[in-house]
Amino acid sequence: MRSRATVHAWLLLTPALVLLAAFTHWPAVATIWHSLFTTPRGNRPARFIGLENYADLLDDPIFWQSLWNNAIYAAATIPLSIVIALAMALWVNARIPGRTALRMAYFTPTVLPMIAVANLWLFFYTPDYGLLDQVLRGLFGFGATNWIGTPETALGAMIVVAVWKEAGFFMIFYLAALQAIPPSLHEAAIVEGASRARIFWRVTLPLLGPTTLFILVNAVINAFRLIDHVVVMTRGGPDNATSLLLFYIYQAGFRFWDTALASTLTVVLLLILAALAAIQFLVLEKRVHYR
Amino acid sequence: MSAQAASMAPDGSGLLARLVLWFETAAAWFLGIVWIAPLLYAVWAAIHPTGYAARFELLAPLTLSNFAAAWDAAPFARYFLNTFILVTMILGAQLVLCTLAAFAFARSAFFGSQVLFALVLAQLMVMPDVLLVENYRTMRDLGLVDTIVAIGLPYMASAFGIFLLRQAFKQVPKELEEAARVEGLSTLAILWRVYVPLARPTYIAYGLTSVSYHWNNFLWPLVITNTVDTRPVTVGLSVFASTDQGIDWAIISAATLMSSAPLLVAFLLFQRQFVQSFMRAGIR
Repeated sequence: MRSRATVHAWLLLTPALVLLAAFTHWPAVATIWHSLFTTPRGNRPARFIGLENYADLLDDPIFWQSLWNNAIYAAATIPLSIVIALAMALWVNARIPGRTALRMAYFTPTVLPMIAVANLWLFFYTPDYGLLDQVLRGLFGFGATNWIGTPETALGAMIVVAVWKEAGFFMIFYLAALQAIPPSLHEAAIVEGASRARIFWRVTLPLLGPTTLFILVNAVINAFRLIDHVVVMTRGGPDNATSLLLFYIYQAGFRFWDTALASTLTVVLLLILAALAAIQFLVLEKRVHYR
Repeated sequence: MSAQAASMAPDGSGLLARLVLWFETAAAWFLGIVWIAPLLYAVWAAIHPTGYAARFELLAPLTLSNFAAAWDAAPFARYFLNTFILVTMILGAQLVLCTLAAFAFARSAFFGSQVLFALVLAQLMVMPDVLLVENYRTMRDLGLVDTIVAIGLPYMASAFGIFLLRQAFKQVPKELEEAARVEGLSTLAILWRVYVPLARPTYIAYGLTSVSYHWNNFLWPLVITNTVDTRPVTVGLSVFASTDQGIDWAIISAATLMSSAPLLVAFLLFQRQFVQSFMRAGIR
């Protein structure tokens, strides 16, 4: 009986496991193997060179720049999108006038394709006659700025677009969690004479712990995955100022057709993701009460 | 909760509470306007002649010619068809595969099931997008480069779907399954008649997420397709915006709106269900 149940379970699992193995586990292993070879060119097949690709990578300034850019990108988008999402959810869940319209406004970027969004923001950022420059000139008398053409501002401009795109999606999860909190908890806290700030820090926020963890995991993944707008808006430029790791992988693999570099970069990205997963598992899971 | 608490505050702090509420309303609306501005701007640019793209005059003449120009300038009908086929194919495969796998994980503890589940969850961190170089190699070996199937294949076994459905299935009372077994239903019949109906909110929430994700997905389709016959709308739009149009914002805006429209309209129509299915599915 028991063994029959096991056979059933395996039959149910097989189709999904085959696809997962073929397109997640196998490529993850294969990329390590391929990072030990040269890029095949013309009639020269790939040649085993051990760790030489990694040594080259350490000397590659674009790699270090992409890594640094990605660190800034993650450090900015993750907290910003989570805090804004939480504020949005609190507002939309409260009795603010027009909250249905607000919820819609906040959530709309989520359903727009990133590539469409990138087109719209391109115009926002256009020097001089783009919307951002027009508004800044009207309010503060600023001159024309080439927001995505200047190395100092380009990465910031990408971060703004990413936060704008993500926050509304995360808001939905906070909203769902807020509405699941029994109103009696707030009432009890008010009867006890707790201030709004105290209620928020002592009652609401702890109850949102699991949601925050879920959103955090998503935000971390997105910080390394969300590069559509970079492909369309800046192509990593100017001067690699907006090159992120996945973008550099894309560029190496499908612009330069340098598969050795692309495989090596992929291994680095996989290591980063594995390290982050381990941190999440070991540190955060213990501190948040998951059901 | 915040404004609610404010209105319930004792009388002494009434003025302060009202000030805070006023400030929060203003901040909420400011954020709302910033968040919707790009879309509103796209609408403005798309329904006016090109010259008004950066000039905001109330009485600017209206036109629909930008949409017609964009529609004629690129094979959008074909792109839409490709996206439609892609999204339907992925969702169909995901629902079947994830249901079967989630059922196995939720209801049978067999040797190695924990390890297998951990292996499945690995895909949550390592999305197929990250592995595009190797997946491209695999598709080339399979002779699938530049096919719609190749765009969908890496996403069909979805760890997120398996995870969500497993959570939902675990909440189904065991008694229901035992009763169905007494009735003589087979395992698959129990799954279909007992578990699937009870997990409906999860299916809706997951389905909506999946459709919007794959409608909007860009990088992998960009890499794996290279002809009109396979390109989804997102890739088609990027090709269109980068080559043909230069900087004719009116036409690009029209094309951008067109490619976002189906999802946007569906969202506006089903907004309430969308949000509520998320809440009921207990994704938190």
